[in-house]
Amino acid sequence: MPTDVEEWKSEVYGNEIREHLERFAEEGWEAIPEDEHDAWFERFKWWGLYHQRNGQESYFMMRIGTPNGVLKPGQAKVVADITQEFAHGPEENPIFGNGYVDWTTRQSIQLHWIKVEDVPEIFDRLDEVGLSTQQACGDSWRNIVGCPVAGKDKHEHVDALPVAEGLHETYKGHEDHTNLPRKWKVAVTGCREGCGQGDINDLAYEPASKEVDGEEVRGFNVRVGGGLARNEPRLSRDLDVFVTPEQAVEVGGGLSALFRDYGDREDRYNARMKFLVDEMGAEEIRETLQEEYVDFELETAGENLREDYSYNSGRETGGHSDHVGVHEQNDGNYYVGLNVLVGRMSDDDTAELARVADEYGSGEVRVTQRQNVIITDVPEEDLGDLREEPLLEDYSPDPHPFMRGSVACTGTEFCSLSIVETKNRQVRYARWLKEHVDLPDGIDDFHVHLSGCTASCAQPQIADVSLRGMKTRKDGEAVEALDIGLGGGLGAEPRFADWVTQRVPVDEVPGAIKNLLANFEERREGDETFRDFVERTDEDTLADLVEPEETSYEDPMMHNTKMTWYPYAEDDDMAASPAPTDRDGQSLPSDD
Amino acid sequence: MSVALRILDDGAWVSVDDTRRVAVSELWRVPGVEFCRCDLADIVVEGFLEVGVDGRTVEARLYGQCIVCGESGTTGWLPVGRIVDGEFYDLDREGGAAPTGPTPENG
Repeated sequence: MPTDVEEWKSEVYGNEIREHLERFAEEGWEAIPEDEHDAWFERFKWWGLYHQRNGQESYFMMRIGTPNGVLKPGQAKVVADITQEFAHGPEENPIFGNGYVDWTTRQSIQLHWIKVEDVPEIFDRLDEVGLSTQQACGDSWRNIVGCPVAGKDKHEHVDALPVAEGLHETYKGHEDHTNLPRKWKVAVTGCREGCGQGDINDLAYEPASKEVDGEEVRGFNVRVGGGLARNEPRLSRDLDVFVTPEQAVEVGGGLSALFRDYGDREDRYNARMKFLVDEMGAEEIRETLQEEYVDFELETAGENLREDYSYNSGRETGGHSDHVGVHEQNDGNYYVGLNVLVGRMSDDDTAELARVADEYGSGEVRVTQRQNVIITDVPEEDLGDLREEPLLEDYSPDPHPFMRGSVACTGTEFCSLSIVETKNRQVRYARWLKEHVDLPDGIDDFHVHLSGCTASCAQPQIADVSLRGMKTRKDGEAVEALDIGLGGGLGAEPRFADWVTQRVPVDEVPGAIKNLLANFEERREGDETFRDFVERTDEDTLADLVEPEETSYEDPMMHNTKMTWYPYAEDDDMAASPAPTDRDGQSLPSDD
Repeated sequence: MSVALRILDDGAWVSVDDTRRVAVSELWRVPGVEFCRCDLADIVVEGFLEVGVDGRTVEARLYGQCIVCGESGTTGWLPVGRIVDGEFYDLDREGGAAPTGPTPENG
């Protein structure tokens, strides 16, 4: 039997949702029929709008897709303006204030506290500069990710940016690919470091070479069925297909159509490509693709570059594991990667970022999968002045490893799925660790990813220390807790973290990391990395080395933040919520 | 009077009449759970699998982990609320949610 979601999608889905959004915007929040909320909120996702969680009714998260993380000149300023004007909520966040941009792990942008009444105006402003929220969420082609410095990287194998843009232009709004069984996440990588993270995507293009008709051709190997969600992480599997950049769009469409036709529409848990690959196997997927979905003979896989992958790998390979810092481009200019702690930047700082990018670079800003931003095209002679800009004091190109390594999802502040508070907590953790913990010699990269639930938006399974939201009891009281995993990473031999310790009360996690690092330093052999150490140590021993402990770290959000209307409100009780509100932010009468 | 019951957000919520009512991530004390040997399991609810109604009682099957013994698994039908005059009323699950009988149907 089709699910409710499939029923709703069969009635209204895709581009036409925009017309309904515009109607609701004109008539106001109350025009959305109460007994159709579930259906409309599901549909709105296709146009990049997520209804925020309980207690925040009538407010939306808006996601803007930026293919390959590229914001073209002028676009960052418009994002800042929209945030300043439309993304302020009824309460301030104690760390980030009111009005902020979240740079996400899929190289997109998320804004919060958006009112449906403002959506048409926001869409118009985005349209004017070539940005869109279309398919940023929902069951279709999501924002395409890739190496954020594609086309500018000195050492890249092939420029993947035209391929990412080609896929984006072809399949955004394409009627045949509008309504898939579930989300469809695509990564296109052309660099030698593996920055596209294809291993955790539904469809991955990975740099490769192949001799075709006696000539060496550069292009991509194709992999399918990776993903992290639902306690069922999978690495993408080799499809044994090589494509040229020119063939990539057709093959991607073929695989998307195969997923559309063969994917499970009766059980949304089972609807992702990774489960279809489990079921059919890569070989049968390839045969089906060849027989039913492409018109030319597929080449077998070429020679890949996976041995050299360094991004998010936890290895010392000599390659980079993120894009923070100053790096020379292929044209002699430089790109400057700025660390954005947990990916959140105030509206004013985003405006400043746009100004700085315009003044020193080409005006372009790029977003990375580690929630950071990059200013591109800076002439060497301007680097000194750029470094003196006040913005770089807060968003450093040379941050402390605990700041640099922090990634966090949205959490219970806004998200319906999360179990615990995340972004503010990871900021508190990073600051405490920076002050109280010394990393062993030579450890410049140490990644701590905090995800509020098993959806894994912070990609916890590929960090040195993986933190995942849980609950436990402490002194008889229910408190927020975290499972702790160790030693995950991508690279030549990708590996998901081992969850060695479960349900650690959140106030004991910084102590656990401190003790873990001390134990690592004591047992470390030579200059091995943390991941190397974890891999040669058995799980029971690792669990013993974690040692959760209360320290001087105090956590103000131990309680059930999900059951507050907004965890940082002075009166956080659900009954104190001003939501739902009208177009001016005034409370509307509630039925309850 | 019919009541719309469904699971939303990848199993994170039970929705009753288009309103999210019961969330994952809470601790529920449940006697006699199939997947662990604790007399009174203390379960972190990680995901809802099914929702149904038996008479006026809204019930759900869920996946979770007992924090007393660490075992994970799927429960039978557990009561999560009651429908009275068409309105949903939450139950105190922290205090103890006794398993209910079979045969729920989507309302």
